[in-house]
Amino acid sequence: MTSANVHRLAVALLAALLVGCHKSGPGETAAGDSSSAARTKIRVGFSQIGAESDWRKANTESIKSEAAARGVELIFSDAQQKKENQIKALRNFIVQDVDVIVLAPVVKTGWEPVLKEIRDAGIPVVLTDRRVENEDLYRTFIGADFVEEGRRAARWLVDATGGKAVIVELEGTPGADPAIDRKKGFHEVIAQYPEMKVIKSQSGEFTRAKGREVMETFLKSPEGPSITALFAHNDDMALGAIQAIEEAGLKPGEDILIVSIDGVYAAFEAMVAGKLNCTVECNPLLGPQLFDTIEDILAGRDVPKWIKTEEGVFTRETAAEDIKHRRY
Amino acid sequence: MPLQSTMIELSRHIVRTLLGIKWALLALALLLAFNAIFTDNFFEIRFQDGHLYGTLIDILNHGSKVAIVAVGMTLVIATAGVDLSVGAIVAISGAVAASLLVERGAPWYVAIVAALVTSLALGLWNGALVVWLRLQPIVATLILMVAGRGVAQLITDGRIITFEDSHLAWFGNGALFALPVPVTMLALVAGVGALLTRRTALGMFIESVGDNEQASRLAGVPDRAVKLFVYTFCGLCAGIAGIIECSYIKAADANNAGQLLELDAILAVVIGGTSLMGGRFFILGSIVGALLMQALTKTLYMLDVSADIAPAPKAIAVVLVCLLQSPAGRELIARWRSRRRGGSA
Repeated sequence: MTSANVHRLAVALLAALLVGCHKSGPGETAAGDSSSAARTKIRVGFSQIGAESDWRKANTESIKSEAAARGVELIFSDAQQKKENQIKALRNFIVQDVDVIVLAPVVKTGWEPVLKEIRDAGIPVVLTDRRVENEDLYRTFIGADFVEEGRRAARWLVDATGGKAVIVELEGTPGADPAIDRKKGFHEVIAQYPEMKVIKSQSGEFTRAKGREVMETFLKSPEGPSITALFAHNDDMALGAIQAIEEAGLKPGEDILIVSIDGVYAAFEAMVAGKLNCTVECNPLLGPQLFDTIEDILAGRDVPKWIKTEEGVFTRETAAEDIKHRRY
Repeated sequence: MPLQSTMIELSRHIVRTLLGIKWALLALALLLAFNAIFTDNFFEIRFQDGHLYGTLIDILNHGSKVAIVAVGMTLVIATAGVDLSVGAIVAISGAVAASLLVERGAPWYVAIVAALVTSLALGLWNGALVVWLRLQPIVATLILMVAGRGVAQLITDGRIITFEDSHLAWFGNGALFALPVPVTMLALVAGVGALLTRRTALGMFIESVGDNEQASRLAGVPDRAVKLFVYTFCGLCAGIAGIIECSYIKAADANNAGQLLELDAILAVVIGGTSLMGGRFFILGSIVGALLMQALTKTLYMLDVSADIAPAPKAIAVVLVCLLQSPAGRELIARWRSRRRGGSA
């Protein structure tokens, strides 16, 4: 084989590999016929971040099924975590002249040009899940209030302990919005109770493995035996920490009370098993709220700049019943 | 006296190895001494549920996972290569094991063998790209690094697959000889690696390929076979680490398992005294390097250093060890020593 041939083969293989990795290119999976004469149906373009987690999948599913239930034509685009793909999708939506554009932005910054193009085209923009920096460029944001989630976790813990606890905290990835805001909300409430103290706080990077490793360290520190409660910024870290607590010969949920945030299915399983005490929901099922808002906008009604998602607090007392209704 | 000469040769070898990795050992000793003074409970070890329990044991436990990968990485780096795909292989290995076990109902041993065979094949793929397509190692393994996590996500369908199987959970949670299982796995991997490279000509072949590939090929060293072997072995090591990682949390977390592990492993190898330019290598050094990094992480946790700034002290420690090992650093120390000796004479 000559070296030129080797070269060609290598390029061909690489190309095949790269194509193989992108199971489906970013694009318009359900692009409709834009020239339909009688446009009675509402047409909505939705640029989703990707399918990187169970949460995100449930989020997409909720929006798609709600659109189908209301007879709205949804043009869905999966950006596979890439901003370029989202911008491309948004421009396509302009060309297709949709009635409303829904965007779940992958990052905060750099949306001005394309959002201005959309504004010039006269199409209202609704953001979900995450925000962009410039408030003038979108009509409303539908998403969770991370600070409030932190407050709710704290309030539950205050109730459960009578305002007296030695707490350790597993933080999310340093610098991430949910980590910063959940910490802020939690500490805001805790600060009002002099007998509730957070003695240790470290990052578990939102993962099970790190959550377990850091909890192990907490338990073996000199203050370890005094710990009575754990606050984890997400369920996964709490699930990892539960294993560390068991390994230390303690009973999670009894010896150490555990409260976390998200409300994923595995957290409900842990609550049914009695190992997790409480999870504060971060609701991905935005479909109904989203389309209520879209109908309001199209009817010319005023909508608030931030529509907070409806979220619950679930405890292990009712987990056995709640888990039957969980969809993610 | 064959036994006697073997013993002499062995002890000579041990002394040579210890000298080669003295800086990593010194750093580890200093760190432990620091903790002895400033960190309460650091050395406390008790017996619980039939195994030892304490911070030092945790360091061994978590350090072993990185160390196993670092052993494979050492051989790759000794051939002047690098394997960036180990983190992705860890994710794939765990994903294969957990999905077979949970979704296909396969017995635990089938799940483990399948995961290891997959990792072996992925290592072979890396080796094939380097040997036959003559891609630069950093590019060849970058392909799998980028694509591999996607493959793992495909296998798990983007979910975290949890399992309760006690056999599979044993690898990350059980105890052997009163120590966590990963420690024994590390001893096995390191033992096999050391035997293969020190009791056969393979070690010399690896060093010669790393020192000068063309010269060694002209001298009759089977350089292609050597390279294929090191990448395959490294893939297998990553596969073992993948089993341990998913076993530890009783779940395959394709998105996070082995995240940035390639960098930790490379760092451990470098701290251990093996040069990225290839040539001489120190398996034991890489293991010490991995333990050093883990001990450092643990120390920062125990001292309540906030996660935002934790990378900074780590970086300082790593830079110091690397500086001491660099040719310029070594020269400086040698000059300083000879001046002292000259002064006292």
